[in-house]
Amino acid sequence: MNNILIIARKEVQEGLRNRWVFATTLLLAALALTLTFLGSAPTGNVGANALDVVIVSLSSLTIFLVPLIALLISHDAIVGEVERGTMLLLLSYPVGRWQVLAGKFLGHLGILAFATLLGYGAAAAALATMGGIVEGGSLVAFAKMILSSILLGAVFIAIGYFVSALVRERGTAAGVAIGVWLLFVLIYDMALLGLLVVDQGQLIGGSVLNALLLANPTDAYRLLNLGSGDVSALSGMGGVAENAALSPGVLVSALAIWALMPLAAAALVFARREL
Amino acid sequence: MRAETVLVAGVTKSYGRVCAISDVSCELREGETIALVGHNGAGKTTLIKLMLGLIRPTSGTVKVLDEDPASGRFEARQRLGYLPENVSFNLALTGRETLAFYARLKRVPLASIATLLVRVGLGEAADRRVGTYSKGMRQRLGLAQALLGRPRVLLLDEPTTGLDPALRRSFYDIVAELRSDGATVLLSSHALTELEGKADRVVIIDRGAKIADGTLEELRRIAQLPTRIRLRVTEDAADRVNEWARTSGWRRVDGHLLEIDAGPDEKIRLLRSAASADAPVADLDVIPPTLDELYAHFLGAREGGG
Repeated sequence: MNNILIIARKEVQEGLRNRWVFATTLLLAALALTLTFLGSAPTGNVGANALDVVIVSLSSLTIFLVPLIALLISHDAIVGEVERGTMLLLLSYPVGRWQVLAGKFLGHLGILAFATLLGYGAAAAALATMGGIVEGGSLVAFAKMILSSILLGAVFIAIGYFVSALVRERGTAAGVAIGVWLLFVLIYDMALLGLLVVDQGQLIGGSVLNALLLANPTDAYRLLNLGSGDVSALSGMGGVAENAALSPGVLVSALAIWALMPLAAAALVFARREL
Repeated sequence: MRAETVLVAGVTKSYGRVCAISDVSCELREGETIALVGHNGAGKTTLIKLMLGLIRPTSGTVKVLDEDPASGRFEARQRLGYLPENVSFNLALTGRETLAFYARLKRVPLASIATLLVRVGLGEAADRRVGTYSKGMRQRLGLAQALLGRPRVLLLDEPTTGLDPALRRSFYDIVAELRSDGATVLLSSHALTELEGKADRVVIIDRGAKIADGTLEELRRIAQLPTRIRLRVTEDAADRVNEWARTSGWRRVDGHLLEIDAGPDEKIRLLRSAASADAPVADLDVIPPTLDELYAHFLGAREGGG
């Protein structure tokens, strides 16, 4: 256990030193604040709860940005260290390979969580100080949004590790990571939409659609944050969410499985890899 | 006989069809400094990786401090130091931070790292980023991490590359200290010459097979390499010199120099004849075979043997 913390600590230390933490936090905060101010302009003081609007915009931002940041941090984690030669030395120490992976995961997730918490938190704080209406329910939804964003980050960090453990060169890892991002963030949904239009409800029933939505972690995240409560009406996801009928518990479990499976696969591949 | 720390028994390691190590056996004992010599690509690094448990042998067994290094248990690694060939570190951290990280992993008290940094000559540069270090400084940081926690077995892969002569000397001082402390030190190198007087035993490997193992004296005896005797002849009549040289089998290097390659059994006879009163000899040099020649002999013998 101690070894995991030692490695996590070093990852955070490196992240602070090479400005990863700083850059990520700044990026998320800047975008979140921009969306907050732009988003609250049209609603003014009446109409929709300002924080709900922010949740909708930030969730959409998260779906694009958090997987990208997570893959950027993680795709290099194994293959990069192997290529630079630092992994060889590290593995000659009394530390297991799974501990190296778990430590890196903890460290990278810590960096991402810190950036998300601070960046999005800044948006909520800004809204509160501007005197926007912040209801308790919206606040809970906002907290849930932040936590699930971190969980989505965990999913893509894990996927990044799996890619990193599989490939032989850093360049390949970067290419595959971009492919993964495109697939889950853009292509999958377009293909799904196309499929639904063509199918016209003939073959794809509710349960098949559910399975298809759970098969993409970003869709699970989207349903989790945009599909319930007041937010669903704003986001236009209400219709899908009602038909999908997936409870938050199921969606969170799906995300957790999406994080653990690639992580386990990465550990398995890494354990067998010869240096 | 001193206790054995590393045992390699009948180990073969192949990658697909390529055989990196074939049927190598050797044992290393405590307090012993062993030179592992071979060309680049001969299998030195593969052998060291097998001892570290980073790769598993295709067949045969490896034991380090009574433990299978690839078993996933780490008691032995706690007492093992390793310096990889072309050691590299994360460039963003300082030397001290880097060493502290490795010390934590080995459960070595952090108080010891300041002394260690001074010992390898990095006291001044300890708080600079590794990215600003020269190659020699990185090598020294590599050595410092290998020395963490008084290791019983040290595996040093080409340790002196990138070190200037002064650092090289202080490096061998450290090795001598470790040896007197009872540690096993394995030094790999592609040149035998540098290790003269530094290693108790030499293991030569070539294309994955062990071709020689013993002290330098033993290897010299096995190799039966001729000693070169070189003479400077007197300014006597050229005829007499020519006549004398021809009968004893000396060959001419130039007008004044003669030489001969004397096998171990005829060396004394030749020296006596050259030193006798009637020999036209002004000066005499005996040049024992160099380590490079010895090394070349073992490689050549394998070449000839198939």
